[in-house]
Amino acid sequence: MPKLVSHPDEVKIVSRRFGMGAANIDRYIELGGYASAKKCLEQGPEWVINEMKISNLRGRGGAGFPAGMKWSFVPKQSAKPKYVLVNGDESEPGTCKDHLIFLHDPHAVIEGTIIAGLAIGAKLGFIYLRGEYRYLIEIMEKAVADAYLKGYLGKNIFGTDAEFQIITQTGAGAYEVGEESALMESLEGKRGVPRIKPPFPAVVGLYGGPTVINNAETIATVPHVIEMGGEAYATVGSPRNGGTRLFGVSGHVERPGVYELPMGYSLKKIVYEVAGGVRGGRKLKAVVPGGSSTPVLLPEEIENLGMDFDQVGKAGSMLGSGGVVVIDDQTCMVEFALRTISFYQHESCGWCIPCREGTDWLKKSLTRFHAGFGEAKDIDNIQYLAENMLGRTFCPLGDAAAMPTIAFVKKFRKEFEDHLNGKPCPYAKHTEMVVI
Amino acid sequence: MSPNSETMSIFSPRLAARFDTLVQKYPVKRSALIPMLLYAQDEVGYLSDAVIAEVADRIGISELDVRNVATYYSMLRFKPAGKYNIQVCTNISCMLRGAYDVYERFQDELGIGHKGVTADGAFSLEEVECIGACCWAPAIQVNYDFHDGLTPEAVPEILNRYRSAAKSAGEESHA
Repeated sequence: MPKLVSHPDEVKIVSRRFGMGAANIDRYIELGGYASAKKCLEQGPEWVINEMKISNLRGRGGAGFPAGMKWSFVPKQSAKPKYVLVNGDESEPGTCKDHLIFLHDPHAVIEGTIIAGLAIGAKLGFIYLRGEYRYLIEIMEKAVADAYLKGYLGKNIFGTDAEFQIITQTGAGAYEVGEESALMESLEGKRGVPRIKPPFPAVVGLYGGPTVINNAETIATVPHVIEMGGEAYATVGSPRNGGTRLFGVSGHVERPGVYELPMGYSLKKIVYEVAGGVRGGRKLKAVVPGGSSTPVLLPEEIENLGMDFDQVGKAGSMLGSGGVVVIDDQTCMVEFALRTISFYQHESCGWCIPCREGTDWLKKSLTRFHAGFGEAKDIDNIQYLAENMLGRTFCPLGDAAAMPTIAFVKKFRKEFEDHLNGKPCPYAKHTEMVVI
Repeated sequence: MSPNSETMSIFSPRLAARFDTLVQKYPVKRSALIPMLLYAQDEVGYLSDAVIAEVADRIGISELDVRNVATYYSMLRFKPAGKYNIQVCTNISCMLRGAYDVYERFQDELGIGHKGVTADGAFSLEEVECIGACCWAPAIQVNYDFHDGLTPEAVPEILNRYRSAAKSAGEESHA
């Protein structure tokens, strides 16, 4: 069972019910659950979308797109049925926040899905979880069945004439399916290959119908936004970045774990205070701020950095999925780069050539380099190759592989040079890393 | 072959019944494909030719189409794994906290490497990508069970636990 952690600076909104037995529907109701859905049914779609816009809740999957605005893009009239999709394919290395949401608060996901459905005029929602999360899928299925029994899902939800159904869906192992259009393909029983955009999902999505797709954390936040009111939620965060975020801190820290902190909270404090500092009294070498696709930051770059989409963007990286990976001074950054790129090479769906070939060549170059067989010109070649992948693929996986690679080369050039001329890796223990 | 004919199904009556419901659940039948493949694999152990054929028949698509989809997903396999499939995450968060030491210990204890199966068919081993347990690293999955906060020293105990589980399950089935 994943360990829950706590810190006095936390503002517990999404994680408020963690560890309180809220997977049980009666307990969830006792803790204020499903009141927001009822309120939304009374107030109507326009009110809901307006509260969502005011809240400044931005997509927690990584892109940070304002959720209320996304919902408002769905056409009111549609010949085809509309759908709500919850993206619980959580697969970005460094990210395990949705894991806790599904485990501790599955009804918040259901309630958020109902509210999203009401807001856009959908009658069917899907909650898609990665296949590895089987025990969490079972928890979700039980929660959905309980919500049907209570009359919160089905034909006449909460005794009104509104209809809303939910289907839970399992994946079967694919990072790429976390991309919204690839997830729709997977849900339609196909290979998880991304679609060409536009049209965007809000217009043409699942089964060709208008679709809202949100990250599981975003959806689980929705009932809280309604409960608090959009304005109150917005004031918790920083400008244009409403509320809190579940930050998953992993790697070389004393107290790894998922912490809920206000948007804009200091990254330096996350590392040194909230997560207890670098493990074993070692020095900090680098921080990956938001999952493995986000460019690495140096200790001096986190000095005055607030963790919201805009500030981290300005610092040349991204807030991403909120997965903070802390790296100490005894880590080989070439090895770290190799392990990062190996993942993207493994997960590339092969649809776009710059991604398929690019990740493969980057992995080959980095493998050779880390083994001490690199040449000086390889350092520039790795950077050149990565730069030429940027923006040349249908989905962001190509960028997700290229961006961190460029940052590793630019910020840790000396470590690359230290591997030259047949020298064994001067930093890490695993000189012959087995990569998948 | 009739998809609802229980006598023809290679699946247990329970799973066959589950599949009968599953194909009715979605606006489009084909949406049942990926869950069906995974659940079939859970029961049969892998996607055998017979599994592919029956799933194709139940969905109403060609076997080639099923294979085309199945080969995309990393959890789906086309040959048997061990009774307990050990999946060791070595991605960044786990790597930083010693995942390769854990992985090596599993290799040593079992005498197999990546995608290997022990001679008695009890265990198989896989190095896998991120399994969403980064804050509790290093983590592994044995079939669908998570084990986290591991050290190499914890490996023999985990293996023994599954060995005795297999033994008691075996005794029960012979009783």
